[in-house]
Amino acid sequence: MAVIRDVMPVFELYQPASIDDAIKLLDKHGADALVLAGGLDSMDWLKDRLKKPKAVVDLGQIKELKGIKETNGGLEIGAMTPLSEIVRHPVVREKFSLLMEAAELVASPQIRNQGTLGGNVSQDTRCWYYRGGWTCYRAGGNICYADTPTSVNREHAIFDADRCVAVNPSDTAPALVALDASMVIRGPKGERIVPAEDYWIGPGIDITRMNVLAPNEILTAIRIPPTMAGAQFYFEKVRDRQVWDFALVNVASAIVVSGEKIVKARMVVNAVAATPRRLKNVETLIIGKARNEETADMAGKLAVEGAETLRHNAYKVPLMRNLVKRAIRGAGATWTS
Amino acid sequence: MKSAGVTSLATAVTTATVAQAQTGPRLVGPGDVPVTLMVNGKRLELKIEPRVTLLDAIRNRADLTGNKRVCDRGTCGACTMIVDGRTVYSCSTLAIEVQGKQIRTVDGLASANGAMHPVQQAFCDTDGLMCGFCTPGFVVATVAVLEKHPNATRDQISKGLDGNICRCGTFVRIMEAAMKARTVARG
Repeated sequence: MAVIRDVMPVFELYQPASIDDAIKLLDKHGADALVLAGGLDSMDWLKDRLKKPKAVVDLGQIKELKGIKETNGGLEIGAMTPLSEIVRHPVVREKFSLLMEAAELVASPQIRNQGTLGGNVSQDTRCWYYRGGWTCYRAGGNICYADTPTSVNREHAIFDADRCVAVNPSDTAPALVALDASMVIRGPKGERIVPAEDYWIGPGIDITRMNVLAPNEILTAIRIPPTMAGAQFYFEKVRDRQVWDFALVNVASAIVVSGEKIVKARMVVNAVAATPRRLKNVETLIIGKARNEETADMAGKLAVEGAETLRHNAYKVPLMRNLVKRAIRGAGATWTS
Repeated sequence: MKSAGVTSLATAVTTATVAQAQTGPRLVGPGDVPVTLMVNGKRLELKIEPRVTLLDAIRNRADLTGNKRVCDRGTCGACTMIVDGRTVYSCSTLAIEVQGKQIRTVDGLASANGAMHPVQQAFCDTDGLMCGFCTPGFVVATVAVLEKHPNATRDQISKGLDGNICRCGTFVRIMEAAMKARTVARG
């Protein structure tokens, strides 16, 4: 295959200075445009020549998309804020350290300096058949190359697969769902707010997209309400290498305990399905119970009910079960970096 | 592969188009456009396409070939540069995006009289390299860590160098070099 894999295809670059200008451009160019944030996902597509957009809309010059603001006990984080800035932010560290831990475990220091929160949550899946340019369901074809008897599918889904078995690779996504965040989306018709847990969509809804963004919409900010501020947080990411790698499974939980009993809980697992998986049944189960081994055992078992494994990913079931148990025990945190 | 890429860069150049700003956002490219970079304290005026990465711009157009192009995908660290005080993968940054920012490459570390930067000297003294291809990236990342934490612990160094990889496996000596450079490197 005589494909040049080291130079991006030619494109027209737009560097709008405001969100409104960016939306006008996206509205005009539609599917011919690629939105560029930190570039770490986009440039792979371009360099591999799997996407040849006519126009690239670089959001890097839009000042209103950057920075972290305090709002009534919560935070509003501009979608173009680099992950390393989020990790350093004093309020994130003090009240919402779950997000700090998740952001700190993303990829490598350089990528955290370049990569943005909006990009991390909106990135495309990393299924290598799909990223390799195979015309699978997600790419508009009619087969899933990751779900055949000979497929290598160690990283793929154990829940909610619908033709496509790819997973959502984000680390910050489950943390945001656990923090009850909401996503601020701007389009030609104005602004809409979507709860974080409804931001991602599975293949059953739209097999070609990972989230609800229409081609002419931009994720402008992420709002974190005070709901879970200062709760007991737990984040753990399991991956093959301690740097760079995407999660095999990660877990994010926010638990509020009063008088030895759990009174409020949000628990989310990612990299097991095409969307972050909020474990509502586990949350309901653990309310009123103590954070002990017994509760952890029950929760772990319940969490993985209904899992359907592929040839090479059965290990994800005990892995997820144990991560949920550890999240409930709240001990043995192993996050690094 | 590499030469094929460079050729395509040269031949794909169409007419230079910096669209005349009508109303609304400026269209840049797809042909050559003027890009001004501040590299190692010097102003660099280039005419490049918007699709050219910071790494390619600096290596191919400015002849500063210290930082290496290895994976070209942000997964090895050999192209690490410091942009406004933060390490970045220059292979995954468009040159046009970092106009107006202070860019530092490995080429700018030695002093004007040719004396090596203390970090470079430490890498030599401790034999912190084998084939040397990853070294420029490691040196830049080490400089960034030590400028942030002049008395960095082993832990801080290893976290700071997390985003660089050495396929020869000289990590122990690299750590030794960084620890040694702590005491001598000051900016």
